[in-house]
Amino acid sequence: MKVTLRIWRQPGPEADGGFEEHDVDGINEEMSFLEMMDILNDRLVEGGGEPIEFESDCREGICGTCNLVIDGVPHGPQLGTATCQLHMRKFSDGARITVEPWRAAGFPMIKDLIVDRTHLDDIVAAGGYISVNTGSAPDANLMPVAKSVADTAFDAAACIGCGACVAACPNGAAHLFTAAKVAHLNLLPQGQPERYRRVEAMVEEMDQWFGSCTNHGECETACPQSISIDFIAMMNRDYVKSKFKNRRLLSQTN
Amino acid sequence: MDTVLDAKIPEGPLADKWDNHRFSMKLVNPANKRKYRVIVVGTGLAGASAAATMGELGYHVDVFTYHDSPRRAHSIAAQGGINAAKNYQGDGDSIFRLFYDTIKGGDYRSREANVYRLAQVSNEIIDQAAAQGVPFAREYGGTLDNRSFGGAQVSRTFYARGQTGQQLLIGAYSALMRQVAAGSVTMHTRSEMLEVVKKDGRAVGIVTRDLATGEVEAHSAHAVVLATGGYSNVYYLSTNAMYCNATAAWRAHREGAYFANPSYTQIHPTCIPSSDEFQSKLTLMSESLRNDGRIWVPKNPDENRPAGDIPAEDRDYFLERKYPAFGNLVPRDVASRNAKTVVDEGRGVGDLKNGVYLDFSDSIDRLGADTIEERYGNLFEMYERITDENPYKEPMRIFPAPHYTMGGLWVDYNLQTTVPGLFAIGEANFSDHGANRLGASALMQGLADGYFVLPYTIGDYLADWLNTEPVGTDDESFSAALGAVSDRTEMWLSKNGTRTVDWFHRELGKIVWDHCGMERSAEGLEKALSEIPALREEFYADVRVPGSGDTINSSLEKAGRVADFFELAELMCRDALDRNESCGGHFRVESQTEEGEALRDDENYTHVSAYEWGDSGPTLHKEELEFENVTLTQRSYK
Ligand SMILES: Cc1cc2nc3c(=O)[nH]c(=O)nc-3n(C[C@H](O)[C@H](O)[C@H](O)COP(=O)(O)OP(=O)(O)OC[C@H]3O[C@@H](n4cnc5c(N)ncnc54)[C@H](O)[C@@H]3O)c2cc1C
Ligand code: SF4
Ligand code: FES
Repeated sequence: MKVTLRIWRQPGPEADGGFEEHDVDGINEEMSFLEMMDILNDRLVEGGGEPIEFESDCREGICGTCNLVIDGVPHGPQLGTATCQLHMRKFSDGARITVEPWRAAGFPMIKDLIVDRTHLDDIVAAGGYISVNTGSAPDANLMPVAKSVADTAFDAAACIGCGACVAACPNGAAHLFTAAKVAHLNLLPQGQPERYRRVEAMVEEMDQWFGSCTNHGECETACPQSISIDFIAMMNRDYVKSKFKNRRLLSQTN
Repeated sequence: MDTVLDAKIPEGPLADKWDNHRFSMKLVNPANKRKYRVIVVGTGLAGASAAATMGELGYHVDVFTYHDSPRRAHSIAAQGGINAAKNYQGDGDSIFRLFYDTIKGGDYRSREANVYRLAQVSNEIIDQAAAQGVPFAREYGGTLDNRSFGGAQVSRTFYARGQTGQQLLIGAYSALMRQVAAGSVTMHTRSEMLEVVKKDGRAVGIVTRDLATGEVEAHSAHAVVLATGGYSNVYYLSTNAMYCNATAAWRAHREGAYFANPSYTQIHPTCIPSSDEFQSKLTLMSESLRNDGRIWVPKNPDENRPAGDIPAEDRDYFLERKYPAFGNLVPRDVASRNAKTVVDEGRGVGDLKNGVYLDFSDSIDRLGADTIEERYGNLFEMYERITDENPYKEPMRIFPAPHYTMGGLWVDYNLQTTVPGLFAIGEANFSDHGANRLGASALMQGLADGYFVLPYTIGDYLADWLNTEPVGTDDESFSAALGAVSDRTEMWLSKNGTRTVDWFHRELGKIVWDHCGMERSAEGLEKALSEIPALREEFYADVRVPGSGDTINSSLEKAGRVADFFELAELMCRDALDRNESCGGHFRVESQTEEGEALRDDENYTHVSAYEWGDSGPTLHKEELEFENVTLTQRSYK
């Protein structure tokens, strides 16, 4: 099969970017979308040009590295699927496909289809952990966790940190990502001691870099792990409570 | 015994060695720890856990990864689980049994003392991870669930759906980010280590290239830890991620760190076969599938009916037939080699006849589709996404693929390489797994090294350097290394040939796969040893590296990595040729029983082969392995 790519190129953060068109023929349906991009890049290089820079690593939907907006949708048309797991059989022969980078104020451009997602790590550094030094943990079975609680925490923990939710959001908000991280830990008994401190710190870090949430819900549709927006409601509830609880804690320690 | 290779195994009975050693090691007191700088390269399970723990202890740690985030390290992709000797199921497991299984599984080619320590600390890993909030699978009563894995006769594998690696890594990564916030760890992302810097024979720092800006930078420290993963991508196609490479370990090797057992690689039996020549990587289907799937191929090479229409009498359940006791649960190397045999006989399945069936229909009949979905739902989904075939209705097609490398930098009991001050942990070192790794033991080893071993053994080395400043980056040792990296960058950028780096990598991969893959012969290895240098020459003459060095340049990054793979591939073949015995993942056709099973040669090869780099070729050093607590037996799964 053959496809025509309308693809974003931008030599660097400050440089102007624009679309370039490339025909890619001789593609087979079994190929993944990124393998098709590999072929295009091979041909560009063999023809004396420079490859289009994009990122991917595991190519099995778990590392969160790949990040393309395909025909306007982060990770492309297949629901619950990361870019690297998308296959050419989902496109028709002769299709014209637009490929763009994640676009969001919180993700500064680096080159072509690569952006900087470091602020997601900043949110985790702000409080996305349980403070337990190595070696100081009690026996794992001393703290039983109800299966239903463990399962829900897991649903949140499944986030692969790709940032599609941010790219999909008209406001460039990172609420789904942050909520997934908060919920994972705030649901578990191990996470209770730092529950309100955590949510306050993470939400406030998030607000520094990313937009606000106005309940569009496009994040959930774009999310390759289908993380539920219910976690955002939970985060908001905990955040409101944190304002009250953290203050009270302060007065207690004073 | 080779005098240079002193493994520094502590005295005393096996069970007391680690305790005795911890007691006799020099300590660095808490107030002094912050005077030390330590570099950790890699943020996978091994690197993230080591950096976080050393940060907690008070060291100042600089961490490097070429990824855009520490959470992307390839550990994230591990599916199946992590072993520990908890004996929560009360099925007779113990530290000694985990030790014994690991030694036996490694085909008696690993060090007793290291493996015993690994089994000892395994339990603490589970405690640590659970406390961090790793959502392990649980029973309805709230306690942790286990499953049996890779032929083990006890249920000692802890798991988190099919994402154990991701959940454990998020645990270690969050501990690491906590230290970043606390200021004890400095994070350097998109930063690729390209040189180890040595002064007066010891490691004093590294040189990195910032992948986004191209800046070449020097970093100094009192000690350097490599946690840079394995080298399966030498085969081009493997289950490893696209970026995985051997450059960090190889650069260290060229600076004097011995490389041990390079030919010990593990070919995993259950991966999705490739669909065409542009295949970029192979996807693993967790080994746990073999618990409920039956492996077969048609008896007749010309069979062309769909799987479901082939009656039982025309099917060959070759593992069940040859190994009645273990059946589909034989160890990885045995399962892989037998799959290769039937495909070589022309009995492979799929359009390219390059796979074997893994069939769940009997289990679905017996247990119901719901149970199978509960156990493997996400794997079935992944399979269907990739192949467009529904494994509930037709059997999966699988084929072996390179997966894990037991070989790596030689380290002593303290995880120190032959270069003082340079340590190696996780898959990057050679320790613990011998000639073959058991399922669910790599995660255990990475975290054992990072959380519980290295942070203490490194203190013994650091204690001697109290009140010394790290060597300044203006020292000539650093300028030389900086110069070398810049020169290499220039050299690659001047390459204006006709072929892409990937083209050469694919061709190299084919040679290594054909001759140093599942089956090795003297003839094939000698062929590889003449083909690899020839292809390398062509690579330097005809590769094309477009673009500039001051921005993201994937061709440039890959060129350096593939150049190192070329050198490593040659060493692998040399080692495979030297080891004229079959052991673990290393099967030499010259060394087999009458029934075609692997035949070890304990008299001549009960040693670790560690290679010293030399411009005119490697020098082999041997570390003899001594077994005081187990008796060597030939493996048999009949
Ligand atoms: C698909 C798959 C499934 C697996 N499943 C299991 C399982 O179920 N159970 C099990 O026990 N094991 C499993 N394994 C094996 C296990 O996942 C790995 O052996 C282990 O995670 C390796 O961890 P590591 O920390 O040593 O290296 P990695 O996780 O590979 O991390 C390497 C790190 O080093 C960095 N790095 C490398 N080179 C450089 C450089 N030059 N400069 C800067 N940074 C560098 C990388 O950025 C990365 O951060 C699996 C492996 C694969 C491939
Ligand atoms: S919530 Fe979903 S879309 Fe957002 S980072 Fe996590 S996995 Fe990606
Ligand atoms: S490349 Fe890892 S999720 Fe797509």
